[in-house]
Amino acid sequence: MDKKYGVYICEGCGIGDSLDVAALKNVAEEEGLTTKTHPILCGAEGVDLLKKEIEGGVNTLVLCACSRRVNFDTFRFDGCIVDRVSLREGVVWSHPRDQFPALTEEEKQDEDNFDRVQMMAEDYLKMGMARVEKVDLPEAYQMEQFTNKILVIGGGITGMSAALDASKAGYPVTVVEREDALGGAALNWRSQLPVADPYEQLIPPVINEKIKAVQADSNITVKTGTVVARIAGQPGEFTVTFKKPGEKIKFDVPYPLPEEMKVDEAGKELDVEALHKKYLEYNEGRKDILTLDPEGELFGAVVLAAGWRPADVTKEDCAHLGYGEIPDVVTNAEFEAIAKKGKIVRPSDGKEAKSVVFIQSPGKDEDDSDFSYAGAVTSLVSLKQAKYVRDDYEDGKAFVFYQHMRTPGLNENFYKSIQQDPGIFLTKGNVMSVSKNGGGLIVDASNTLLGEKLKVKADMVVLAAGMVPATKDDPVVNLAYRQGPAFRDIGLFNGYCDSNFICFPYETQRTGIYAAGAVRRSMTTEEAMEDATGAALKAIQCIESSNRGVSVHPRSGDMTFPDFFFQRCTQCKRCTEECPFGALDDDEKGTPKPNPTRCRRCGTCMGACPERIIGFADYNIDSIGSMVKSIGVPSEDDYSEPPMRVLGLVCENDALPTLDIAALNRLSYSADVRLIPVRCLGSVNVIWIKDALSQGMDGVFLLGCKHGDDYQCHFVKGSELAGIRMKKIGDALTSLALEVERVAQFEIAIDEYDKVPQIINDFVESIEALGPNPFKGF
Amino acid sequence: MTSENTAPASGSIVVVGGGISGLTTAIEAAEVGYEVYLVEKNPYLGGRVAQLNQYFPKLCPPSCGLEINFRRIKDNPRIKVLTLAQVEKVDGEPGSYNVTIQLNPRYVNEKCTCCGDCAAACETEISDPFNFGMCTKKGAHLPFEMAFPARYVLSPQIIGTEDAQKAKAACKYDAIDLEMQAKSMTVQAGAIVWATGWEPYDAAKIDNLGFGQYDNIITNMMMERLAAPNGPTKGKIVRPSDDKPPESIAFVQCAGSRDENHLPYCSYICCMASLKQATYVRERYPDANIYIFYIDLRTPGDRYEKFYKMIKEDEKVFFVKGKVAEVMEDPATKQVTVVAENAVTGEKTKQTVDLVVLATGMQPTAANVTLPADLKYNADGFILNDYEKGGMFAAGCANKPADVVSSNQNATGMALKAIQTLARK
Repeated sequence: MDKKYGVYICEGCGIGDSLDVAALKNVAEEEGLTTKTHPILCGAEGVDLLKKEIEGGVNTLVLCACSRRVNFDTFRFDGCIVDRVSLREGVVWSHPRDQFPALTEEEKQDEDNFDRVQMMAEDYLKMGMARVEKVDLPEAYQMEQFTNKILVIGGGITGMSAALDASKAGYPVTVVEREDALGGAALNWRSQLPVADPYEQLIPPVINEKIKAVQADSNITVKTGTVVARIAGQPGEFTVTFKKPGEKIKFDVPYPLPEEMKVDEAGKELDVEALHKKYLEYNEGRKDILTLDPEGELFGAVVLAAGWRPADVTKEDCAHLGYGEIPDVVTNAEFEAIAKKGKIVRPSDGKEAKSVVFIQSPGKDEDDSDFSYAGAVTSLVSLKQAKYVRDDYEDGKAFVFYQHMRTPGLNENFYKSIQQDPGIFLTKGNVMSVSKNGGGLIVDASNTLLGEKLKVKADMVVLAAGMVPATKDDPVVNLAYRQGPAFRDIGLFNGYCDSNFICFPYETQRTGIYAAGAVRRSMTTEEAMEDATGAALKAIQCIESSNRGVSVHPRSGDMTFPDFFFQRCTQCKRCTEECPFGALDDDEKGTPKPNPTRCRRCGTCMGACPERIIGFADYNIDSIGSMVKSIGVPSEDDYSEPPMRVLGLVCENDALPTLDIAALNRLSYSADVRLIPVRCLGSVNVIWIKDALSQGMDGVFLLGCKHGDDYQCHFVKGSELAGIRMKKIGDALTSLALEVERVAQFEIAIDEYDKVPQIINDFVESIEALGPNPFKGF
Repeated sequence: MTSENTAPASGSIVVVGGGISGLTTAIEAAEVGYEVYLVEKNPYLGGRVAQLNQYFPKLCPPSCGLEINFRRIKDNPRIKVLTLAQVEKVDGEPGSYNVTIQLNPRYVNEKCTCCGDCAAACETEISDPFNFGMCTKKGAHLPFEMAFPARYVLSPQIIGTEDAQKAKAACKYDAIDLEMQAKSMTVQAGAIVWATGWEPYDAAKIDNLGFGQYDNIITNMMMERLAAPNGPTKGKIVRPSDDKPPESIAFVQCAGSRDENHLPYCSYICCMASLKQATYVRERYPDANIYIFYIDLRTPGDRYEKFYKMIKEDEKVFFVKGKVAEVMEDPATKQVTVVAENAVTGEKTKQTVDLVVLATGMQPTAANVTLPADLKYNADGFILNDYEKGGMFAAGCANKPADVVSSNQNATGMALKAIQTLARK
């Protein structure tokens, strides 16, 4: 694009009152750029001015006005590069003149005086001009092939619901089911919990209707007795190889080397060639991830609905409950199987089980937790199964011992209906033991609503075991990704493939693959069906976005994607390893292979790359580097007491809005800092920091989201990775004889606008205490 | 710079309610490629979650997710946001509805730069429902700092007063239009999603729990505002009677919920909300005693269970299984005594505390307002979904009590149900 530049400075909202706009205009004009000012740039007249300029050929605009977070629609000019220089929030509002007085006419006479706020505005203008020179308009990524077919893994209630919902919206679907028939866990149920108002009665399992509907839908292909051997490629064009369960085929997905195999006998890390050799040995008989199966089937996106298996209660601390010892102590899943066959009878002797005790919680009087992987489902299932006892035997009795009856929301109605049954005894209580009592059982409980000590004679005891997600010990999706075949385990989800975001429940670290149902958390049928619909929507959305060449959440609609200058790649693999979304694979030499539709455009690869060969059309090493270099760094040659210069690289998702809100509240911070918004702290390349310091800036800080288990980083790992990189930069600083304290990283939550000025000011003070950067002026 | 090229679809969806569920439905549908009208009655988006200090169990600020959602709206011209707007009438059938929307006057036009001069000029202080009346705000105000759209609004209360004139005079940008009138517009849509959300159950209706009678009894939603950095106390949790830090706090669970006289169902979120609020108290007051009176603690699932375990480790958090039957105030100290029957021992437990938080439940908005469409409701006012009929759907807490995660799962799914109606057309 042949750029024709224009700089436009707004004088409204206090900008004109606070700043010397003429001087500012002069800064741009000195660069030879057409520069115009307007009293209210966002007003109708101002916008007309801009439109006329664009008609006149200007296509690259530096708009010096308010934050890019506001007037986004007013200043949106398709086909033009627009940089928003935040004079209002970034300079004027955050540095009110009552705290940062302008120079008086008299003071202006002495060239040793300077106006910090004006300096700041001029720097930001220069930074904006530097940036637009280095960025281009993005062009959408075009895939070579594309399909809108959706793969659903799992033919249970969740998978079939997702398939039906996607099909109804016009998308072809293939459902793969490991077993020989559709239906999943629900096939084994006698009755099921209500899925709709009034939530009072058990209903026949809805699974049969679902199976019929799926079989009748010509838009849905069903493959039973089938599992996924591998999913290769990227959203919009995943190449999927199917196989029979247990079969070994060459397109089984290879696994990454375990850590202990990456070192030699002496514990030294193997070199690239040796690693590759070992990898091939480890995965002998399996094709590498980059070899596409010519027989593979193409899919645009995947819904993972692999379901659950009943938890193995012998792994829990519940020997006192007699499971495994006493045949008439069973799990809820085993009880359901008995109930499905007919009247409830005891496993030990086939006699009628008329008195059944249901136990929710194995922790005696020490722990009120339910069995692991329980959720609210096990409470509800106990109530359901208590009802079976009553349905089968007029004189049947069911006792449900719980610590907390978990029937949230409208499920309370079902609980209430069960409470009406005179043969069902519901009580909080600590179950201390289950023992044999002649031909029957005796359950000892304490601290119950029915008495301090209680002994209940029972024919059977049922333990409320939880639902273990299928993904607990099997990747299921078998992704042919260099980072490995499973959803990335970040140690938070106990085998579930859940999102860690409250607001964005479908966001995982694998673009185009959306989990639903019991692989996410233990769910009722109703919840699973709803979750399936949501996952189907996300799959469709990902397909449409891939087709348009734009990103999905959180940078939805972003047309940029990372571009690599491979000639200079040193095969260090950092980008491949650090990408939070596994978007990059690498070949045997370690050269990264980008998969643009897997990419979420966070720029973590760009931040990771030591050779600085990765960039985006509108965001790259050079664009930010040039902004850094355009910041004025006054030295003693300029002023007898030059101001400090501190660079802040701030996350645009949370830290930038925080700063804007601080400005809105006229909370001020040092005028010696220069802030540059970044896509994510993960995208910060240390070269920017080195550049800043080597040009004499006195300190650099990063301001981003909280990390740790409750991370708020929208790209999962960005602020954490930045933290690691910042620790490493310490050595480089020491070698330059610079104090490590000159570089720091701070965490901020978006609502902590009241704290942000202090964080900045404290850092600036600490830098002042260190004194100026010795490189200043060189 | 983010932008999109061609859209794959045609036909519009109207989403009623701009809270977290409505935002989710609207944005998710628009990002597939559909035109969406998002109709919100308040002058801002965000609904209930905008009032929350933090989400459980991550203890993260809701404004974080709202900001991303607002950015998604900014980047997506397919979403038309209508604030101060209410649906007046719906005609038609699945696939082709005519939706009449009333747009109430904001008295501030698009020229507003958010400079704040109007608020500075305005003298009238009005009660602030965003903060449950715990403070006042100016007659000309920004609903809250992160408000989207970022535009001031004039309260109808000051229209016709001198104050309105002062605000107008103060505006340098000619952004205040005191002549603005309510107007009506009609939108054609193939599907409508009702994400009308919930209201905190009116605690004053629960006679035995003393809300409105005693100063130091507040609701859980008021607690959210007290703990919020942008709340009436700038994040200080204090007793309303004397603004002093409370040394002891009682949380009364199921205040109205699971109660045939009030809300017969479980409101889903209040157990986790109180546990979360216990962390607000602990962060500010390391020595405060915290009492939680409950029937059952409903903290299902790995994440919530983990959170509950963390709270249990706090030696100054005391869990009492029992429903609170009555409360009494000592007029001299303004302390409140909470009386509960211990469900297990049958003993009456009395606990005197400085501050009581009622964990009031959620009531669907439609329980108290008649929605202008042919919808079916359950006995409690939750909208029933008829997927066979299609066309109109309820999302989030308009459909049933739920936490934010479940609401968003549900709301994402409702975007697809709406799309199906359009695709079948």
